[in-house]
Amino acid sequence: MTHTEVHITDYRVYGWVLFALLVLTTITITITWIDLSALTVLVALVIASVKSFIVLRYFMHLKFESRLFTVFVVMVLTLYLLVIVLTFFDYLLR
Amino acid sequence: MAETISKSYLENTGRYKGILAWLTTTDHKRIGLLYLYAMMVFFLVGVILGEIMRLELFRPGQQFISAQTYNGIFTIHGIIMIFTVVIPGLAAVFGNFAMPLLIGAHDVAFPKLNLFSWYLFILGATIALSSQFMGNGPPDTGWTFYAPYSTQTHTNVVAAVFGAFVLGFSSILTGLNFIVTIHRLRAPGMTFFKMPLFPWSLYATAWIQVLATPIVGITLLMIIAERWLRIGFFDPSLGGDPILYQHLFWIYSHPAVYIMILPAMGVITEIIPTFAQRRVFGYKAIALSSLAIAGVGYFVWAHHMYTTGISFTARWVFSLLTFLVAVPSAIKVFNWVTTMYKGSISVKPPFLFALGFIFLFMIGGLTGLSLGSLATDIHVHDTSYVVAHFHYIIFGGVGFAFFAALHYWYPKMFGRMYNFRRANISFVFLFVGFNVLYFPQFVIGMMGMPRRYFDYLPQFTLGHQISTVGGWILLIGIIIMLVNLFSRKGAKAPDNPWGGKTLEWTVSSPPPPENFETIPEVSGEPYDFE
Amino acid sequence: MDVHRDDIGARLGMWIFIFTEILLFGGLFLVYAVMRNRYSDEFHQAAHQLNAFIGTLNTVVLLLSSATVAMSITAVQKGEKRKGVMLLFITLVCAGIFLFNKYLEWGHKISIGLYPGSELMIGLKHGYILFFSLYFFMTGLHMLHLVIGSIILTIVMVKVQIGSITQGKYTLLENGGLYWHLVDLIWIFLFPLLYLIT
Repeated sequence: MTHTEVHITDYRVYGWVLFALLVLTTITITITWIDLSALTVLVALVIASVKSFIVLRYFMHLKFESRLFTVFVVMVLTLYLLVIVLTFFDYLLR
Repeated sequence: MAETISKSYLENTGRYKGILAWLTTTDHKRIGLLYLYAMMVFFLVGVILGEIMRLELFRPGQQFISAQTYNGIFTIHGIIMIFTVVIPGLAAVFGNFAMPLLIGAHDVAFPKLNLFSWYLFILGATIALSSQFMGNGPPDTGWTFYAPYSTQTHTNVVAAVFGAFVLGFSSILTGLNFIVTIHRLRAPGMTFFKMPLFPWSLYATAWIQVLATPIVGITLLMIIAERWLRIGFFDPSLGGDPILYQHLFWIYSHPAVYIMILPAMGVITEIIPTFAQRRVFGYKAIALSSLAIAGVGYFVWAHHMYTTGISFTARWVFSLLTFLVAVPSAIKVFNWVTTMYKGSISVKPPFLFALGFIFLFMIGGLTGLSLGSLATDIHVHDTSYVVAHFHYIIFGGVGFAFFAALHYWYPKMFGRMYNFRRANISFVFLFVGFNVLYFPQFVIGMMGMPRRYFDYLPQFTLGHQISTVGGWILLIGIIIMLVNLFSRKGAKAPDNPWGGKTLEWTVSSPPPPENFETIPEVSGEPYDFE
Repeated sequence: MDVHRDDIGARLGMWIFIFTEILLFGGLFLVYAVMRNRYSDEFHQAAHQLNAFIGTLNTVVLLLSSATVAMSITAVQKGEKRKGVMLLFITLVCAGIFLFNKYLEWGHKISIGLYPGSELMIGLKHGYILFFSLYFFMTGLHMLHLVIGSIILTIVMVKVQIGSITQGKYTLLENGGLYWHLVDLIWIFLFPLLYLIT
């Protein structure tokens, strides 16, 4: 079994990632105090997506994994989003 | 006709003897057989249920069972056939048995997980079947469990639904196993585009299994939560929406039909080149069309819902997507037929069943178009036309492909040949019986015969009677086929009885436990017939 | 030929399992989206019943636990066994805090008679009922996955301690970590959608 180079992530990288996530969490909370009505959901979801991107890329190691894994993740998320969109073709346009 | 002296996987060499050796196996070939034996039992139960329905429908009015019993029967018939026979289907039996051989591997990526999948399968089927014997009686909702009836009926919905949930888990784990196997265990030199087309179809199928099944999983849990906790998602009196149930249910159950048909198409793609002794026409088109069917098939679900009141935009969008997904299927049919052109055709039983598949699948597929089209669907939705359509696709398609695969890999699985003449006779009974059983249902459906109805107006009587007789002819065919294959020991099978070019024909019949003594190095194109 | 071991394949298998979990929760998020669209005002009002402070605390605790489990992999990769075990222990403590908070939240609601199918619930406006049903179902399913993840990580922690997970063989730890991050990811979306729509 060929052994690919094992990438060891430094502790400090994880520290910074955690810091970024906490900052984004703070932003999420403060932003929802501003009433943007319909846009609030969108903003909350965008920030949650950024947080998820960071978790996937660093904590879950996608950055250092074969590109195939990232392709799969993108494929799955795209599929799921399209399902939601198609469902709303019904609910929004009745 | 070299006969190798290596051991057969059918012999017990390990710690355990007898049935225990089978129940603790992690050999993919044995697991394939475990699925085969279990599924044959479930299939026969489903057939008997079908025959009972056809007997009741022989004349208008009540014959010998009550309306409530009839509703329970079509429900469990659907649950058994869909969840325990055709969804595991060819993937669980022939995918397990043949796929590692076809890609030049010793086994699947996670052999113990594979056995666990089989146990989940048995457990799920048992739980689902227990719904017939417990509590307030067999569920009468249809296998589709539509809310709000499924959340309110006193019959035993939870057992059936939970059984289906467990079966779904089995399906997911098998899909997971196959994806990793195909990615990681192909023989050296076998790139994706040098892989045979049955594994390609299993790959596409496996992705649907892992990405679609969880949605029905959570939906079934929602049904249980509705019944036990009144969560209200689908209950209008609490603000819920029954149509939302249908969306969620069909988001899985439509892709599920591609779980059924893709491996079937894959098997046909193995059989046709072998019995035409020609390289398959359009290898890349077939490989990619499997992925296309899996992909596009994910987005057509609401064509089951045209009459429910969904928006007009949703209706035409889903209709458009439904017509699109027919294209890759048509590509495959074209490629199969073209492969045969100027080939050296040998009409042995596997090939006969494959031809039967093409004919019946075409009818099923074409009638699907009139269902996918908005205007015509209004007329035939919820009639026998639909019942005929899906039986042509599922039974005529998946079923006949299963019979084809069984006759194709039987020598490899059991190390024996079977009687060709009897196989051909069984085919004739099956083919004729099938068409006599289901074709009239198109006709009476168009005339207005509703589906899932226990009684009917007198003008549908002749159609029903012809159909019932067809069911008897079909049953004779099934019996002849099973007797031919499983009740007598045929001649010893050579390694390669059909002159196939894929890797399973390079090992003994039956194969040794490890498949290959040394993993082969692959260099040529697949289906390298001169 | 060495014993069949495929670390990449094992991770690939875990990722595929994670995809199934994403789709599983995805069905619930779809219900949420549809119902939120239908009852946006009532969802907005009902969310006031949730304690955003506890929700925030839980979010922070879970993010921290993700960081510690990721760090534990670094520790094991470097052969720093004690650090690895300690970091996994912190992860589990975080999980415990999360669970305790949920016990407080759910306990409070149940004590005032607010739970699926209760008399109080059935009498509420439709949008309220659906909001709370979604709240209980989604956080309940999430909690189940958190408990399963905790069990997995406990087993992993013990294995690191006794040396069956080592610097040379730690795929089980990686996969356990992946599962834990999934639990975190789900909460990253649940938190704003349930607690912050006031």
